[in-house]
Amino acid sequence: MAARVGIDLVSVDTVRESIREHGDRYLERIYTEAELRDCLGAEGTVPERLAARFAAKEATIKVLRPTDEPIPWHDIEVIRHPSGSVELELSGRAATLATDQGLGDFAVSFSHEAGFATAVVIACRT
Amino acid sequence: MTEEIRQIIKDHGRLPIDADTLAANTDLPQAGMTSHASVNVMLALEDHFDIEFPDSMLKPSVFESIASIEAAVSELRSRVALS
Repeated sequence: MAARVGIDLVSVDTVRESIREHGDRYLERIYTEAELRDCLGAEGTVPERLAARFAAKEATIKVLRPTDEPIPWHDIEVIRHPSGSVELELSGRAATLATDQGLGDFAVSFSHEAGFATAVVIACRT
Repeated sequence: MTEEIRQIIKDHGRLPIDADTLAANTDLPQAGMTSHASVNVMLALEDHFDIEFPDSMLKPSVFESIASIEAAVSELRSRVALS
């Protein structure tokens, strides 16, 4: 069994810029309804949480290693459980790519600090 | 159109270099445009040219350079004109 790993780093400022300039069009294009709910704080959407999820999506793409083909952002969803743990749910083209390459047992972890969010994704290839 | 796209990259691409120095075929990710910055560029292109990038166009080669973006925008505008 071989493992694959992907990592990504996102500037929280770029996410703030996207929200400021493109609003809901940005939010709905990139994040699922469940992700947007999970990113709500007392004062609205929390950019750090969005940035962490974007990093998770990009880290997943690095694991999937697509050739030049589109993977809609909604195909990679971060699920947050009531306990606070997170996992990935793949659908559509992302799920097909994973299946075709024998990739499973995806695991994700992310963090944010000092204006940046980072995510690491690991999958096992059987 | 090339200069309009260059200005959008300048405003939204967060490149570590001056966008005025980019050649039409300069590789934008290699020049420092991150994946999230490319989202901002895409949304700004949609606003400016009144187009929408379909999922089928959301692939690295489309946002690889000014020339590839110009080709994609031209294609989308021609689709709008025909519809």
